[in-house]
Formats: sequence, C-alpha cells, structure tokens
Amino acid sequence: MANGTIAVPPQTAEIDFYNVRGRHKGILSWLLTIDHKRIGILYLGSVVFFFLVAMTIGVFMRLEMLSPGETFMKPQTYNSLFTLHGVIMIFLFIIPAVPAVFGNFFLPIQLGAQDVQFPKLNLLSWYLYIIGGALAIISLFSGGGIMDTGWTFYVPYSIRTTTNVSLSVFAAFVLGFATILTGLNFITTIHRLRCPGMTWFRMPLFAWALYATSWIQVLATPVIGITLVLIILERAFGIGVFDPTIGGDPLLYQHMFWIYSHPAVYIMILPAMGVVSEIIPTFSKKAIFGYVPIAISSLGIALVGYLVWGHHMFSSGISDTSRVIFSLLTFFVALPSGIKVFNWVATLYKGSIDVTAPMLYVLLFIFIFSIGGLTGLALGALNTDLHLTDTYFVVGHFHYVMFGGMGIIFFASLHYWFPKMFGKMYNEKVAKVAAIWIGIGFNTLYFPMFIMGYLGMPRRYYDYLPEFQTYHIIATVGSWILVSGILVMFFNLLQGLRKGRKAPDNPWGGTTLEWTVSSPPPMENFKIIPEVTTGPYDHTHIHGQEDNK
Amino acid sequence: MRPSIVNQVDETFWLIMGISIILLLIITAAMIYFVYKYNKKRHPVPENIEGNTTLEIVWTVIPVILVLIMFFVSWSGFRNMRDVPKDAMIVSVTGQMWKWTFEYDNKKKSDTLFLPVNKDIKFEIRSVDVNHSFYLPAFRTKEDAIPGRVNHYWIRTTDIGNYYAACAEYCGLNHSYMYAPVVIVPEEKFLVWKNYFPPDTAKTTPSAVKTDSLKTDTLKTAPVKTDTLKSNAVKKDSAGK
Repeated sequence: MANGTIAVPPQTAEIDFYNVRGRHKGILSWLLTIDHKRIGILYLGSVVFFFLVAMTIGVFMRLEMLSPGETFMKPQTYNSLFTLHGVIMIFLFIIPAVPAVFGNFFLPIQLGAQDVQFPKLNLLSWYLYIIGGALAIISLFSGGGIMDTGWTFYVPYSIRTTTNVSLSVFAAFVLGFATILTGLNFITTIHRLRCPGMTWFRMPLFAWALYATSWIQVLATPVIGITLVLIILERAFGIGVFDPTIGGDPLLYQHMFWIYSHPAVYIMILPAMGVVSEIIPTFSKKAIFGYVPIAISSLGIALVGYLVWGHHMFSSGISDTSRVIFSLLTFFVALPSGIKVFNWVATLYKGSIDVTAPMLYVLLFIFIFSIGGLTGLALGALNTDLHLTDTYFVVGHFHYVMFGGMGIIFFASLHYWFPKMFGKMYNEKVAKVAAIWIGIGFNTLYFPMFIMGYLGMPRRYYDYLPEFQTYHIIATVGSWILVSGILVMFFNLLQGLRKGRKAPDNPWGGTTLEWTVSSPPPMENFKIIPEVTTGPYDHTHIHGQEDNK
Repeated sequence: MRPSIVNQVDETFWLIMGISIILLLIITAAMIYFVYKYNKKRHPVPENIEGNTTLEIVWTVIPVILVLIMFFVSWSGFRNMRDVPKDAMIVSVTGQMWKWTFEYDNKKKSDTLFLPVNKDIKFEIRSVDVNHSFYLPAFRTKEDAIPGRVNHYWIRTTDIGNYYAACAEYCGLNHSYMYAPVVIVPEEKFLVWKNYFPPDTAKTTPSAVKTDSLKTDTLKTAPVKTDTLKSNAVKKDSAGK
C-alpha cells in the first residue's frame, strides 16, 4: 500500500535496528543501548513480565473468593495478595505500559526525530524502573513479610503494620523517578525535535496525549515521592506528620496521596486515549473527527484532573463544602472523556472500516470504557458515593476504566504496532478470536462487581456473607475466561514473532510517520529528516491512488 | 416530614443509571451500526469528514446539562444526609481492630447496635487505632472512623428488623470480620434494653440508671434477656427496603 502524502524518500533498504552493529555486542547491546526503540523493547519485556505476575495474583484472589470463609488461603495471605496485585499493576504495569513502551518506541518516529531529546536519561529511566521492580521483589522476601496495606498505603495502618512497608514504599519512590524522567524527556522531545512542517496541530494525537501525560508525570509524581518518604520517616522515627497519636493527621496523608494518585489515573488513561485516536482513523481510512477538540481535551483532562482528588475522600470526614466543590469538579472532568468517545464514534461515520484485530480491541475499549466512565458518575455524585464507596462497585468501576481502558488498549497497541516493532505479522484470525474471548471474560468477571457493590459488599474482604456468593462465583468463572483469552493472545503474538510472515512497511495503510520507515525501523529512524505538509490523518491522497487501481 | 435518605440515594442512583444506560445504548448502537454500514466491503470509498462544530457543541452542551442535573439531585440528597435533625438520639460508635463498640447517652455500652424504630439517630464515629468505616448498607451510607477525629452521620430507623454494620475501610487482618449486628426494635423494648445493666457492669458504672432523659414509667430495672428482643425482629434483606 502507498504511503501518505508525506514527502519521504523510500528507506526500505536499510539495516533494521536489531541488526545494526553498534559499540556493544550481545546482551550489552541491549543493556547499554541508548536507542529509544531498544529501550522501548526492554520496557515491553519488563512490563509484560510484571503484568503476568500481577495477573496470576489476581487469579489466586478470585479463586479464594469462590466460597465464603477459607477456600485455600489465610486472611493474611489474601491481604498481601491484593496489595501486591494493586502495587504491581499500578506502579509497574499501568503507569509505564503505554508511555514507556509505545511512547518510547513511536513518539520520536511520529515526530520525525531520530531519538528522544535525552537518550542516556532514557536508559537511566529504565534502570530506575528495574531497580524499583527489584526492590519490590526483594521486599517480598525480607523484613516483616509481604506488605498488607493495600496499594493506597493508608496511615495509620501502614505505620502500625509489622510487614515490610518501608522497602516496598521505597520501591514505589524509585519508580516515581523513572516516571518523572520519562515525562521530562517526552516534553523536551515534543518541544524541540519535531521535524520541519510538524506544527503543534499536525502532531499525531498519540503525541498530544503523551504531552499531556508527561506534564502530569513531571508535576504530580514528586508529591507521591515526598508522601512515601514521610511514611518511611514516620515508621522509622515517629516524626508525627501522619500519626495521630503524636500529633499527626491521617487525613493529611489521604490528601497528599490523592493529589498525586488522582492525576495518576490520567497518566494511566490519556496515553491509551491517544492510541485509540491513532487506530480509529487508520482503520476507518479517514481523518479523525474533531482533531482539535480531541487534542485540547487531553490537556483539559490533565488540568482539571488535578482538582478532583477529594472525590476519593467523600466518606473520610472532609468538610461538606469541599465535598460539594469536589463533586461538581468531578462531574466536569467527566465531560472531556465523554467528548472523546463521541468523536471516536463519529470518526467511524462514512468511513471505510476494516475490523482488524487492533480495531476490534478498540471497539471493545469504547464499549467497556463507556461503562467504566458512566459508572463513575454514580461515584462522583455525593449521596450515592457514600453508599457505594469502598464497595465492589468501586472495584468494578476502576477495573472497567483501568484494565478496560489502559489494559485493553495495551493489547490493541501490541497488535497495531507489532508489525512495525518486530517486522513480522501474527495470525489475524486467532488474534480476533482472542479479542472477543477477552471481551466476554472481562465483562463476566467485572460486571457482577457493580451488583455486589450496590448490594453492600465491601472491598478488600477476605470473607463475605453467603448472599454474595452467586456473584463471586460468576466473577471467578469470568477470571478464568479472561485469563485464558489473554494467554491465547500472548501465545499468538509469540507465534507471530517466531514464524510469522514478514510484515510490509505499512500493513494497515497508516498515515503517520512511523509507517513511512521500514519494518522494523532502521537505526536513527530516518536517513533524511522528513518534512510534513499535511495533518496526521490525511487519507485523501491514498484513496485518490486506490481509485485509480 | 423529611424525605428518606435511603429513597433519595436509590432514586439518585437509578436516575444516573437510567441516563447512563441510555447513553451507553446510543454509543454502542451507533458504533455497531457504523461498523456494519460503513464496512470496507459495503463502503469502499471513505468520505473525508474532519469535524463538525455544531455537533461538537451539541454533544458538549447536552452532557453539561445532564451532569448538572445529576449534580443537583445528588447534592440535595447530600444536604439532607448532612443536616442532622436537632432531636436526634446520639450514639457513639467506636471502631477498633476488629470490632465496633456502641455507647448510648446513659453510658450503656454494647457490641450490638440496638436502635428504637421511627427515630432519628446520629452516630458520632471515632477510632482508637487505625482507619475504619462505619457502613450501614441497608441505610445506604457510611463515614470513616479516623483516629483523632469525630465524624458523624444520621439515619432514620423505619422498619423493625435485623441489619448489620460492616467495616468498609481496610483495617488489617480481620477487616472482613468486623461486622456488628444492628437490631431495630420498638421504642419501649429499646428503653428496657438500654436501661438494663448487668450486675457486674452496674458496679463499674455508677450512673447505671440515668433519669434525666427518660420517662419514669420506662425505668425498669428487671432483667430482660436480649434474645427475646430478637425474636420480634423481622428478618430483612441486607439491601432491601
């Protein structure tokens, strides 16, 4: 298929970045690389590893929930497992997944650059990520045992528990620096390294989403860093910032935690929204509907996202006035996400739609993410939140948003960019079956949680009342469907990697710059820096050519 | 008479769910229809539509109106929840790992929450160790128990029966066992129960029978077994009205 209207000479005859001979050979060519693509692949391996670990923990948790009382583990084990599941999924998978893997690999190429602005800093970020991950693993086998505080580390429990909180929290602190440095790198890259003709409003929407995300990473992550250090100091020296018995305030902790962790929700979801805005135009063969509103709404979400942290604390005893203000702001932050969904659906209108595997994941995402977003309204509303907060309704809601949003789009990105990253194709039919399989499993697992939550099933419960058992059984069966679908998906991709046929440079007819270079891309991406003359999703030229066929 | 908190929460919930379900159906139906109608087999040549300002305004303004409706409905329910009736009976609720203790105005302490029917009850919620959350699913509300603070909410008891309180804020090993029975009984029986102090408790609590807030005819000191109170209770579904 032809390339877009971008004036780039064909660059297919070059050696791809896997086979280029650099200063180092073998494993060192990876561990000492400063190539953004290799760093992206390093992140991919590490992120998928941690995802599979946390997913396995999730399966064990669901298995324990199969019957009330002890099914096969003790309460202390269960409490540690849901903590680990949350910590690993959030800090080691969801936050880095799309920006660090696909952002690293594709942001420079999409901007027409040869690398990120600070390649060595980029490698340092990966090492910080790995050190953080290693510290988290060491914390499991040292100190007072596996942390059991939940991923929110709420004081005073996190100060009182004898489990290994300090080291785990320090791991999250180190991971925070990996995030900050990646954000800094991306912001600078977007400001400084756009190729000639790539004006701000000709940037792909993935780049816009990463830009908004990076600002949150740089500005919000230091807050959690300080907060986590204060927990360690509180545990070690009893400094009395959070501990109420020596004059501290537990609510101060909650404020500081959520001042980071609510914007962090947008660190998780914005990059995924960016990917959706890439995939839909490619497979609809037309420009995205409302480019400017989508780009601006990313920034809008990033901005308003800072001002709604209090909605995590509606039941904590904060003042009635602040609850009302936070509730109103929360309803307003829902709007840009809604507008994006409408724009995506409108892009389909009068397109020429090819439902490939990545597109199928995106359609699944729109359905699941809409449920996630809409159920969030009942949690942003003041009186219903007091009933629903800290129940399974919340668990269902954030899995629909986080896993259904970020997780499903991580899968979509893998399928969309797989040919470009590895130069191979996977089995399209198996990939589609896996997508539908995952969709069925996902809804079977998480939908019953809304019902349970409304009926009053609190979250983080090792044991439960018999009346909830039916829903727990359905959810557990759903977890088996979901996980088997995910395994089929990964297996299919591995098969593609091993013996898939060679991928063309532009298998989908994409119009952004990454589709103009060879698959896999050459070292430094472009021999001649391209010049851009149109917006990112201009399909008119391609179809002019197809009509002549 | 003031509107019931339970009804308000349920009405707000189903209003939001109703609007949400309609929106979800519109989005999903449009998506599936477009994917079918404009499939590349049926529609090989795309039309290049880059946007439509009128549509953007429409689908911004309508959601703004919808969320404002949701906000105001939930806010009015919330105002009712926070506006404690002046004559509400005060019960002090204390959470600790892993049980609830309820204390009444006459210093009577109990780990079962007995309440009179058709009364407004204000809970003053404290914690002696870590965070807990005093959750009454049947009454659709909760508030955290945070050490060093006194949080509160109120409910109106409307039906005699057995309910439960749960801890909704994770508090360690036995978090999921931190339930307390809630028993709502007719007022006379409640007063009998409240003013009965078992002999050993009476020794340590000098104000075993406080007279200031009670009518004399309800001052009975004869022992009443608590299980007879339970026998009158109607079994209630945890979330049923």
